[in-house]
Amino acid sequence: MAVSGVILLLFVIGHLVGNLQIFAHPDVINKYAHFLQNLGPGLWAVRLILLGAVVAHIWAAVELTLENRRALPERYEADDTIQASYASRTMRISGFIVLAFILFHLAHFTVQIVDTEYRDLYTKTVDGMVVHDVHTMMVKGFQNLWISGFYIIAVGLLSVHLRHGIASMFQSIGWRNAKIAVPLDKASIGLSILYFAGNAAIPLAILAGIVS
Amino acid sequence: MDLTLRVWRQKDRNSPGRLVEYDAKDIDPDMSFLEMLDVVNERLISREEHPIAFDHDCREGICGACSATINGIPHGPERATTVCQLHMRHFKDGDVLTIEPFRARAFPVIRDLMVDRSAFDRIVESGGYVSVRTGSAPEANTLPIPKDVAERAMDAASCIGCGACVAACKNASAMLFVAAKASQLNGLPQGKPEKDRRVLDMVASMDEAGFGNCTNQYECSAVCPKSISEDFIAQLNREYLVASIKQRFARK
Amino acid sequence: MKLDSKTPPGPLAEKWARYRSEIKLVNPANKRKYEIIVVGSGLGGAAAAATLGELGYGVKCFCYQDSPRRAHSIAAQGGINAAKNYQNDGDSVYRLFYDTIKGGDFRAREANVYRLAEVSAEIIDQCTAQGVPFAREYGGHLANRSFGGAQVSRTFYARGQTGQQLLLGAYSALCRQIDAGSVMMFPRTEMLDLVVVDGHAKGIVVRDMVNGKISSYAADAVVLATGGYANVYDLSTNARGCNVTAAYRAYKRGAFFANPCYTQIHPTCIPVSGEYQSKLTLMSESLRNDGRVWVPKRKGDTRPPHKIPEDERDYFLERKYPSYGNLAPRDISSRSAKEVCDDGRGVGPGGLGVYLDFSDAISRLGLETIRERYGNLFEMYERITGEDAYKTPMRIYPALHYTMGGLWVDYNLMSNLPGLHVIGEANFSDHGANRLGASALMQGLADGYFVLPYTIGAYLADLTHKRPSTGHPEFHKVETEVEERTKTLLAINGERSVQSIHKELGKLMWNDAGMARNRKGLKEAIAKIPEIREEFWDNVRVPGDGKEINQELEKAGRLADFLEFGELLCRDALDREESCGGHFREEYQTEEGEALRDDENFSYVSAWEYRGEAQEPVRHKEPLVYEEVKMATRSYK
Repeated sequence: MAVSGVILLLFVIGHLVGNLQIFAHPDVINKYAHFLQNLGPGLWAVRLILLGAVVAHIWAAVELTLENRRALPERYEADDTIQASYASRTMRISGFIVLAFILFHLAHFTVQIVDTEYRDLYTKTVDGMVVHDVHTMMVKGFQNLWISGFYIIAVGLLSVHLRHGIASMFQSIGWRNAKIAVPLDKASIGLSILYFAGNAAIPLAILAGIVS
Repeated sequence: MDLTLRVWRQKDRNSPGRLVEYDAKDIDPDMSFLEMLDVVNERLISREEHPIAFDHDCREGICGACSATINGIPHGPERATTVCQLHMRHFKDGDVLTIEPFRARAFPVIRDLMVDRSAFDRIVESGGYVSVRTGSAPEANTLPIPKDVAERAMDAASCIGCGACVAACKNASAMLFVAAKASQLNGLPQGKPEKDRRVLDMVASMDEAGFGNCTNQYECSAVCPKSISEDFIAQLNREYLVASIKQRFARK
Repeated sequence: MKLDSKTPPGPLAEKWARYRSEIKLVNPANKRKYEIIVVGSGLGGAAAAATLGELGYGVKCFCYQDSPRRAHSIAAQGGINAAKNYQNDGDSVYRLFYDTIKGGDFRAREANVYRLAEVSAEIIDQCTAQGVPFAREYGGHLANRSFGGAQVSRTFYARGQTGQQLLLGAYSALCRQIDAGSVMMFPRTEMLDLVVVDGHAKGIVVRDMVNGKISSYAADAVVLATGGYANVYDLSTNARGCNVTAAYRAYKRGAFFANPCYTQIHPTCIPVSGEYQSKLTLMSESLRNDGRVWVPKRKGDTRPPHKIPEDERDYFLERKYPSYGNLAPRDISSRSAKEVCDDGRGVGPGGLGVYLDFSDAISRLGLETIRERYGNLFEMYERITGEDAYKTPMRIYPALHYTMGGLWVDYNLMSNLPGLHVIGEANFSDHGANRLGASALMQGLADGYFVLPYTIGAYLADLTHKRPSTGHPEFHKVETEVEERTKTLLAINGERSVQSIHKELGKLMWNDAGMARNRKGLKEAIAKIPEIREEFWDNVRVPGDGKEINQELEKAGRLADFLEFGELLCRDALDREESCGGHFREEYQTEEGEALRDDENFSYVSAWEYRGEAQEPVRHKEPLVYEEVKMATRSYK
């Protein structure tokens, strides 16, 4: 869980940093996308690693859940919680929704079957390269209020997921202790908020017309 | 003060149980929770009803026998307190208290509030000891142990084996118990030689008993009558990881 | 009948070493052919079961708790004595021996006590090797604290949880043997009778407390490690489940019960708060190291403690016992507290309490040091009373705590019934009329780890009686008796709960056979107890049936034995016309109110023999012969 979690965490952070280039000149993100698309076998290696991490993460989650359900067949009539965070108690549901979102997100922007017109968006950069116009694709995509709404909700849930996940990772591999518990917790909350803010900024900026 | 109790009643391991409501009138705030149950039981006996069965013994918070979940919290609302040391002054007149046994598959209910916690004994039997023959020990001061190391071992060793950590865990995991026992011995030079084997065996025994997995929510530490830190779980995770890797690559 | 202590010959300091070298050994290959039953899993029981299992015997260990780790040894807080002389303050085996003999008011058997002091150092080694986290100094060496009744610092401790840590050490050794298959553990199983075949203890009858099944187990030797009988007083610091049944049943089967009147009152308990009180909570006596005991000088002074100026306080222990002060032995401290309360100077509700004040120690050593030493005790006090003892003095009052009497055993820890061995608090042997603080843990572990495993071998090596099967008619007979008894208890269906009758017995015992006793009170108690007993057998109500978990039935069975045993205790107290240790007879005191021992007439162990329902028990004497020490008046002034 922790190992696949680390891989996925590094990916989502990298992904966000890449996407934030939308705020620069369209050429920046388009060239970046072009670079990624032309990695060739490297791209597929990364994709396979990510796919593996996702499968491992889900597989571990399912097994954990099944074992944990078996371990506690009868719950309390009057159930209560002392300190377990909201995030930690909703990992399953946040995980499910994020998974659904990822599938949609891939269909939307990677496989481009939601709107096949995206496949034909090409543009010429200032220095004359012909590249896939990812900038326009993103702008068009997020101008749809429904899609932006779903996106914001999903990254919100992913941030909540990370809020428990990041600190939890350290505990699971044995690097957490009382001394770093509070800073670690704060860091994982801070990182989750930053992550959410960064991600939400993109559709919001597009909807507001700041990026076009 | 007057209270309403909703108490889990169950004849034996194989019978179904249910919550039954009782009035507990004229309760003195200086009573302990178990003394309150004693008073209720005396009244049940006088009405020719069966008293509520509950485990208890030392009644001073050290033997770890008492075990009841009050309004969803094992050992009740006071932190770092067993149910025998919980005093009624922490409740209000008119409160409704739902009293249930510790819940976990590995802790089957055997009657009312009593559960079978022998899985804990089996975990210790699997490796929670230092193999030293009686009479073969060296002179105690030949092995100086830094004070902080000894103190940390003592922090872990203060576990009373009550099982509240399991009962509070959303997954009925026994990680805090296992971690406390293993960390006490693994941290001391006396326990080092058997460290890897101890960790692997105790975790295997824990899994076999049907406890759940730790999802790092730390309800266990929050409810622990001895406030044992979840740090020991991190230590166990680390030691387990190392021991597993070593075992994989060990020379046959 | 002559009681032979079987004390080996030779100089005191050489007896044990010589004994060990000369006893017959059991051939290692034969050990697995012997079955040993150990009843109880406290320090003595767990240590004995683990060690015997390790030696290769087939061991079955029984306890009434749901896990062997919960035995009441776990509640001891303060520490364990050992003659290590780590403090370089002049301690030695001899000094520990002498302190123990003197602390016991010269009513213990010399050779046993010397052996206890001898093996004490080994206990610390053993426990340390097991991973018991004893307190340490910054240099990494073991730390010590002082304790009542000694002028050297020889007590080892693990915060305020020494008993727990030592028990967990013994429990872990036991678990190792359970895993190895050499010990079979039977938790939630209560011994209800002893089976004697051809004069030898050969087995026990038990009740499975979960399904109610009554069954028998046969063995080559039976070890009772079943603790003391303080709960005959109902309110005591013992766990609610502690009981005299195993020992008393053995007594009824022919084992002699020695010195039942020697009971110890612990000076530092939290005072009673109401009728519903189910047990008394002890706070470690180690508190007296840094706390000062006082009451107001004026009677009926109801001012809060901080409003009472220094010169209006009576630090009565420091005043009466200048050299030992607040560390005067338990019986003396307890009686002094009772005296000032009887004098109308007690504090707290009902005037049954004295102050234990830490303000001097806090200003001398700092709050942190005090917190480190006693933090958990202060927390415990606050939890129960709602008061913060860092700010206001604790209130303490004596409570029944430990019982020095027990089944009579010889030097081999074997009772007069061959094959029946008795260890720890259940026997009478080492503490005389009064036990020093931090010595109970020492004795339990000494017996279990280092003494019994040798001495039981000596019995087995000579054993000619074959182990009977549980099909033997005697087993059948005893099992039937136990079943009948259970049925009778369930069939009475009277009006009173077990607890209400226990309370009645307890009050009578506390008033007439408690901290101070006199002829008139004891005679009255001896007359009154049979009446309570009759009331019990006529009018108790035990709901439910015997084939399930039935805690009322368990309590009723134990109370039935307490109701007989209480009378024996009073008889012994009446018979012993002197004051010694925990036994204080008001008729026998000095003009200053100190205990007046009568060595000329009472320098013996009283061992009581059961002679049947209709007859009074018979007292036998084992004279106490002191080869090494000279009896002296116990003075702590």
